[in-house]
Amino acid sequence: MLLKKLTEANGVSGNEDEVRRIIIEEITPFVDNIKVDVIGNIIASKNHHLSGPKLMLAAHMDEVGFMVVSIESNGLLKFRAVGGIDSRILVSKHVVIGENKINGVIGAKAIHLQKRNERTIPLTIEQLYIDIGAKTKEEAEKTVKIGDYVAFVSEYLTMGDNYAKGKAFDDRVGCAVLIEILKHQFDMPIYAVFTVQEEIGLRGATVASYAVNPDLALIIEGTTASDVVGTDSKHYVTQLGKGPAISVMDRGMIANPIFNKYITIIANNNNIPLQVRQGATGGNDAGKIHLHKEGVTTGVISIPVRYIHSTNSIINIQDYDNTILLTKMFIDGVSKTKGMTI
Amino acid sequence: MKNIIKKLVETYGPPGNEQQLREILIQEITEYVDGIKVDVLGNIIAHKKGNGKSKRIMFAAHMDEIGLIITHIDKDGFLRFSPMGGIKVNNLIGDRVQFANGTKGVISCEELKSWKDIDINKLYIDIGVNSKDEAEKLVNIGDACGMTREFLDLGSRIVAKSLDDRIGCAILVEMIHKLKNIQLDNDVYFTFTVQEEVGLRGAKTAAYAISPDLGIAIDITIAGDTPEPPKVDIHLGKGPAIKLKDVSMITNPAVKKLMIDTAENHQIPYQLEVLPYGGTDAGAIHLTKDGILAGCISIPCRYVHSPSEMVDLQDVIHAVQLGIKIAEEF
Repeated sequence: MLLKKLTEANGVSGNEDEVRRIIIEEITPFVDNIKVDVIGNIIASKNHHLSGPKLMLAAHMDEVGFMVVSIESNGLLKFRAVGGIDSRILVSKHVVIGENKINGVIGAKAIHLQKRNERTIPLTIEQLYIDIGAKTKEEAEKTVKIGDYVAFVSEYLTMGDNYAKGKAFDDRVGCAVLIEILKHQFDMPIYAVFTVQEEIGLRGATVASYAVNPDLALIIEGTTASDVVGTDSKHYVTQLGKGPAISVMDRGMIANPIFNKYITIIANNNNIPLQVRQGATGGNDAGKIHLHKEGVTTGVISIPVRYIHSTNSIINIQDYDNTILLTKMFIDGVSKTKGMTI
Repeated sequence: MKNIIKKLVETYGPPGNEQQLREILIQEITEYVDGIKVDVLGNIIAHKKGNGKSKRIMFAAHMDEIGLIITHIDKDGFLRFSPMGGIKVNNLIGDRVQFANGTKGVISCEELKSWKDIDINKLYIDIGVNSKDEAEKLVNIGDACGMTREFLDLGSRIVAKSLDDRIGCAILVEMIHKLKNIQLDNDVYFTFTVQEEVGLRGAKTAAYAISPDLGIAIDITIAGDTPEPPKVDIHLGKGPAIKLKDVSMITNPAVKKLMIDTAENHQIPYQLEVLPYGGTDAGAIHLTKDGILAGCISIPCRYVHSPSEMVDLQDVIHAVQLGIKIAEEF
């Protein structure tokens, strides 16, 4: 199962190699050309010889995680976040460190040793450490070193009626959608880009858009869903099971109105549920791509993810399937009329 | 000039929603320039041809104004929103807004225990409907609204919403009109940009397309001549300000000299601006491609990002003169 394979692989920003290898293996039979650029983006093309608008599809390979910054004399590891992580979710989580995937557990001072006021304030990352079962610094240094990446460990499981839990749905769902899309034939030049380092500042997309120089771009993202108890409906952003989401605005881009209109028509014509992302926070690779050179017509389709950026996130599998369908219908439409003709 | 200023400031145009301004501006300038292009993001790039052997100058003023984008409609038809650009929450309560389709509404706030609790999430827009269904006939999630406010003529001082940066747009229009029968050596690109308020986005793609030898933004700057003012040495009526620094750019010394020399040679009053916050399109222009010489002519403005921004018309007229002289002599 593609989502299982992709989400159980580790790819903290700047260290996407394991994910990259899986993706290259998956897409090789279906594309004409694969290139990995200097900072690690995969740029795979189909039909690059055809005329017509050049479409760039993008999803980012990287996930949020951590890096080891020091090893204490007692063998415990101090660490820092790579990307945006809520430090309240970290205590007692299982992680793996470095290329050899050394097991560790995130720990903190025991509650009975915490002062009264410490108990009411969430622990910061500076107060936490990773315990790898080493007794001394020397023992720890045999298996880990400063600069090693740290990733969450989380098994992909399906649950309930069409739900799945796992880590890194942001944005392995997008990677999986692109892989499924590449299995189809289209009558236009397509560049599928699996980007690196999105979580720390849209860095991969910046250079990839320069290399591809697209006429049209579509980003597939995992986005936050806060449709849970205790959240007022005005702060849901997206809801699970209500279909793929289009954005109106985020910190990096104001949505292209033509794209939003076009994708809404396609969704309606094909009876695909579509929701509008009700918020203006966050950002994704589109923020860089749409400002490339003289400007690129750019759209974003997002899959809602509950508990995003954590060790156990939840998606609705129908939302995922519908995103694949919607993306395919979008490309079919654009390739038929050589652009977004409404 | 007051007529075109009034027309521009009373027009709707939050970031990404500049279409109504685009129509007005294109109509105002079409017969005065040699070519007009609208790019993917919606920037207007108007070209006045030079002799083909000289330099390329880009003048940029942004069309967009700060606004609000609707993120939620509740069952009773009240709208919740997020800011587009540097909204000051305290300025919003009691204000009136308009949408692209003409729908209007008022902003109010949930009951607060103390004014210290004010937060944008507690504010809502009331468009005078009773239900979500009724509201959705007029407004959808993702629609943007801007303030409404009539142009106020106080003589030399004028007051309006969105003088940031419709005053810059008006200055460009005036420059274009005044240059009608003048053949310049330089190729001049008058650019009306989009999405400045959310991160100088339009200027970035426009500067790439134009690839000028000199880029000059025309925008407002914060005045420090009111009771207990921000600590900036800028006064209304003492001339346009030549920007030396803000968060987005340190002005190149060659551009600084060019602007000061041009003003002094033609007895145009000016002030020097060092702004500890904010940025303008010049910030995006000067980092385009392999780097572009850029500067900014700033119009001193009181009450920036409120529905009642104030500038002095003399500063505006002098900015037009300075702009024209730079176009002629660079």
